[in-house]
Amino acid sequence: MIVDTGRKVNIAGPQEDSGAVIRVERVHKIYKMGDVEVHALHGASLSVNRGEFVSIMGPSGSGKSTMMNIIGCLDRPTKGQYFLAGQDVSKLNKAQLADIRNQRVGFVFQSFNLVPRTSALENVELPLVYAGVGSSERLRRAREALAIVGLSDRERNMPNQLSGGQQQRVAIARSLVNHPSIILADEPTGALDTRTSTEVMEIFQRLNRERSLTIIVVTHEPDIADYGTRIVSFRDGRIKRDVPVESRRDAAAVLRELPPPGEDEDDEQ
Amino acid sequence: MNLIAILKVAMRALGRNKMRSALTMLGIIIGVGAVIAMVSIGQGAQQMVSSQINSMGSNMLYVQPGNMMQGGASMGMGAASTLTEEDVVAIQREIPTVAHVSPVVRSSGQLVFGNQNWFVQIQGTNDQFPEIRSWKVQEGDFFNEADVQSASRVIVLGRTVADKLFPGMDPVGQTIRVRNLPFRVAGVLEAKGQSMVGQDQDDTAIVPYTTVQRKLAGRTIPAIGQAMVTGVSETGSKLAEKQIADLLRQRHKIGAGESDDFMVRNMADVAATSAQLTTIMTLLLGSIAAISLIVGGIGIMNIMLVSVTERTREIGIRMAVGARPNYIRLQFLTESLMLSLLGGLIGILIGAGISRGISGVLGWPTLVSSLSVFVSFAFATAIGIFFGYYPAHKAAALDPIEALRYE
Ligand SMILES: Nc1ncnc2c1ncn2[C@@H]1O[C@H](COP(=O)(O)OP(=O)(O)O)[C@@H](O)[C@H]1O
Ligand SMILES: [Mg+2]
Repeated sequence: MIVDTGRKVNIAGPQEDSGAVIRVERVHKIYKMGDVEVHALHGASLSVNRGEFVSIMGPSGSGKSTMMNIIGCLDRPTKGQYFLAGQDVSKLNKAQLADIRNQRVGFVFQSFNLVPRTSALENVELPLVYAGVGSSERLRRAREALAIVGLSDRERNMPNQLSGGQQQRVAIARSLVNHPSIILADEPTGALDTRTSTEVMEIFQRLNRERSLTIIVVTHEPDIADYGTRIVSFRDGRIKRDVPVESRRDAAAVLRELPPPGEDEDDEQ
Repeated sequence: MNLIAILKVAMRALGRNKMRSALTMLGIIIGVGAVIAMVSIGQGAQQMVSSQINSMGSNMLYVQPGNMMQGGASMGMGAASTLTEEDVVAIQREIPTVAHVSPVVRSSGQLVFGNQNWFVQIQGTNDQFPEIRSWKVQEGDFFNEADVQSASRVIVLGRTVADKLFPGMDPVGQTIRVRNLPFRVAGVLEAKGQSMVGQDQDDTAIVPYTTVQRKLAGRTIPAIGQAMVTGVSETGSKLAEKQIADLLRQRHKIGAGESDDFMVRNMADVAATSAQLTTIMTLLLGSIAAISLIVGGIGIMNIMLVSVTERTREIGIRMAVGARPNYIRLQFLTESLMLSLLGGLIGILIGAGISRGISGVLGWPTLVSSLSVFVSFAFATAIGIFFGYYPAHKAAALDPIEALRYE
């Protein structure tokens, strides 16, 4: 586990590439708004090994989402390099980035971002449609993913017929349906109550443990951050702290401690 | 790329705003409908004209007094005509390639039989009329040369007139009154149906032209409105055209370089004129259709731009999970194409309906040609792609992060 800031990555050198699935090197992101330049990232470096569960924290506006977007290939750095599984992706074109998002990364957002008026099943199928997977295989894999998040009985529901927690679980199913190696979640529990937040974190921990998926979660809540194996703190576009979690929480255990779920929330149509 | 998935999304998007989609298609519907109706009616009209011309005999010539260039083509009744009875006789006598000549003097009047009466256009002509018009007498006989010479009060009725005045009776030999003069009904012409301008050709009565001039005339004697001439053969009629012109110029003492005071027209000219009219009509309606199609296309572009804006966030989601820009472009192009093709299809159905309706009313043989259907579809496709491209391109060029952040 890499503990310090980007400088350490520099020293590490290319021979350690095999371990780091994500290697961001002195990345800058500058947004131009008219005459004003906003320096969202200030030479941040981050290296994440396969199978890690990283929690990213930091005050609002410190560049967490910007970093996530670059890692997820939704955005390109203004300066610096980004290696995804050893491949330099900072110079790829839009179509190539789309393919990487489709094949290698799963995204989970705070606001769920399901396609409206489209069933849970079809939302989960979406990445497979763009991957060119045939319809019967699509159906099989989408159902499998919905089963992992415990929503097999809701596949016909539209997003507006699902609770917030259910919508986020559909989004997680969608993020993992194409068997990516990384799942990125930007404040996935920001819009959820404690119980559903814990349920979502339980799914992430399960995926991380059972499938060795690399997971990065941005959160404001220290409780949520403690479900990870490592906490990276941002401030002013730089990484200020990068420490392992001393006593990691187990979401499944926490769920067992919680009072029985308010069934009505889960059952509302 | 997954075409079925694209079609499914497109159908859902258009189905969600049914009213909006329908209104958007309206311009295309009207444009394509106009094209289909116009082409089929135009073709029907042309077919009608050529079959009429064939039924009249393609070697027929018209000699008319006056000159179209001087605006004197149709002289009013009683006006001094530059085409005289003697001219007609001379054409018959002096030109060997001419088979038949018959003058036409027009009049009109109330026909009375018992308590039935009927107002008709009366044609005064000679005994060669049935030959020239290739119009057979169904009952009785046509009047003969002697009747023409003596200006007899004999009348031959068109089918419609016979049916009106003599319902369930044989008109031949009966006496009817025309302008209070008794006329003997010599015969009834066989039914000929509507003319190319939708007039009932059987709503007519025919008498010797001498009778019109001497017995039916009021204060002024009606002049010869035109002469119908047939040549001995098709080539004979071409020769005759020139010979008639030479003869009349000579008779009317028209020097070289002076313009004619008459016109000789053959059926090919008539056909050409009507073809020209059809072309003008086609161009006129065609430009209306084109404008409508362009307006329809702009409507599609407008709605597609609205749709792209409304669905910005959805586009962002699709891009985030791996849709390439080209896929997004194809998605929106498919939607605009669907609008224009569906509009085209409805337009074709409506256009076919209109032409069917018009053919029912006017008795024209309209037909929706597969060419016009093909051209309409090609146009609708072109419009869908042309006007859909910009919105689709705009959608494809969206930045995924900004699209996701769009409220
Ligand atoms: N599209 C953008 N245009 C301009 N400025 C932006 C844009 N996105 C982010 N920023 C700015 O960059 C900085 C970092 O933003 P962000 O990464 O979203 O922070 P965080 O997720 O840590 O709250 C902020 O100051 C923010 O205002
Ligand atoms: Mg953020």
